[in-house]
Amino acid sequence: MPDKIALNKFSVHYGPDPLLQEIDLEIQSNQILGVIGPSGSGKTTFLRALNRMNELQPGFTASGRIMLDGEDIYGLDYDAVSLRKKVGMVFAMPVPLPMSIHENIIYGPKLSAGRGWKYDEAVVESSLKAAFLWDEVRDRLKTSALRLSGGQQQRLCLARTLALEPEVILLDEPCSGLDPVSTAKIEEALTILKERYTVILVTNNTKQAARVADRTAFFLMGKLVEEGTTQQMFTAPKDKRTSDYITGRFG
Amino acid sequence: MPVTSEKIMQRLLLAVAFSALSALLLIAVFIISQGLPFIFRYGFREFLFSSQWNPQAGKFGIFPMVVSTLWVTLGAMAIGAPLGVAGAVFLTEFVPRTVMRIIKPSIELLAGIPSVVYGFIGVMVLAPLIRDHLGGPGLSLLAGSIILGIMILPTIISISIDSIMAVPKSYREGSLALGATVWQTVRMVTLPAARSGIAASIILAMGRAVGETMAVIMVTGNSVKIPGSALEPVRTLTANIALEMGYATGMHRQALFATGVVLFVVIMILNFSASYVMRQRKARR
Repeated sequence: MPDKIALNKFSVHYGPDPLLQEIDLEIQSNQILGVIGPSGSGKTTFLRALNRMNELQPGFTASGRIMLDGEDIYGLDYDAVSLRKKVGMVFAMPVPLPMSIHENIIYGPKLSAGRGWKYDEAVVESSLKAAFLWDEVRDRLKTSALRLSGGQQQRLCLARTLALEPEVILLDEPCSGLDPVSTAKIEEALTILKERYTVILVTNNTKQAARVADRTAFFLMGKLVEEGTTQQMFTAPKDKRTSDYITGRFG
Repeated sequence: MPVTSEKIMQRLLLAVAFSALSALLLIAVFIISQGLPFIFRYGFREFLFSSQWNPQAGKFGIFPMVVSTLWVTLGAMAIGAPLGVAGAVFLTEFVPRTVMRIIKPSIELLAGIPSVVYGFIGVMVLAPLIRDHLGGPGLSLLAGSIILGIMILPTIISISIDSIMAVPKSYREGSLALGATVWQTVRMVTLPAARSGIAASIILAMGRAVGETMAVIMVTGNSVKIPGSALEPVRTLTANIALEMGYATGMHRQALFATGVVLFVVIMILNFSASYVMRQRKARR
């Protein structure tokens, strides 16, 4: 099977400082890739590179290539807006837009539908169900999304991303502020979602990567130290730094 | 002794603060005590809704001035609000921060230009333009609206910029990550989230427009009648007071104070609603 995403000597600089250095990595579809590493290791920069969110802040420059289905997403004529519809993102802090639950879900599809403003209303139910949120909000879709609890907001953000029917889903520490029950719900959703999507999960919680990821990548100081199947990474890592990090000797 | 000096400073600052407050109170009491009895004596309805303004004959109906003030203000808002909000959006969302840091203070400088200068430009440039291209005497409701529309730009732009910048970055990123363009994000997320601040900026600007006197006197022509079109000369409430106070005595003088009471109330209402809208925003956070 061809790689869904392939990075080729991909680097990101902020001003003169390197944030990511010459990353080479292939990512297969229908898998969860866990990305671990201490803070400041470039995990988030890596994730935000995949849907070109870094470039929204002035000062970021990227070099090298990222191929999505064989197309260079940093190519001159590649449209970042259409890329972000294919590569959805869930942030560390749940950030529902200041509108109702229903409007949050249809926000993306409505924009994609363009002038006709036609979209499938069924997407609201299906994406909320896929994010394990439907039962909790089915009676109050018109209330403000800001009234939901933190865990519910994060699942809403996941549902909102799913409503776009992306091909790749990026998650940036989606459970960092959540209780164990909400975390379990999101993890459960992810393991089902990988059947249809390519999932990339940045997490500070190595156990979470061990639980849900098929493959795991370890970043340190802007470099990709090691990548392999999760089982191999957690039982027989090749690099000493990886085993040190996983066993909690630093970071 | 540091403690005594502390106490002295405290008293001193208290006195200063109260003197500012008492100045406001004195003005309010003075205007109301001079104007309110007249309104009751002359009749509230006669005063506000009669079109007869003829001080020599003892007729004091300010309706034409009320209507003119309303039209000039609405015209100014129609010109200033879209320009101001669009300018604020442009400067916050479409221009690098460094450029904004140069342009925003320059716009705020507009507020520092004396209003007589605006009036002067209105008389010398705007009025002839209107006269030559649209007809009428030039000094008109339209000229007043345009000049005021420009004068309120700094208020609208700088408060709108502040409230747009106060919208959390995460809202923008969330929207962009869902495949929205910058413009879609502005329209559907940023502007709705900043709307109370923008509304407050427009209300405050309205207060400025209602209260502006000098520039308005110079460009509106000042004839007391209900305007039939935007090209006709009008006289606003503020202009009425400023033009006639110099020679007014007796009833006439009281009528002008009563006009002041009307203005005072209108501007109070505008300011209170602006701060109310602002508070609503804080309460929601």
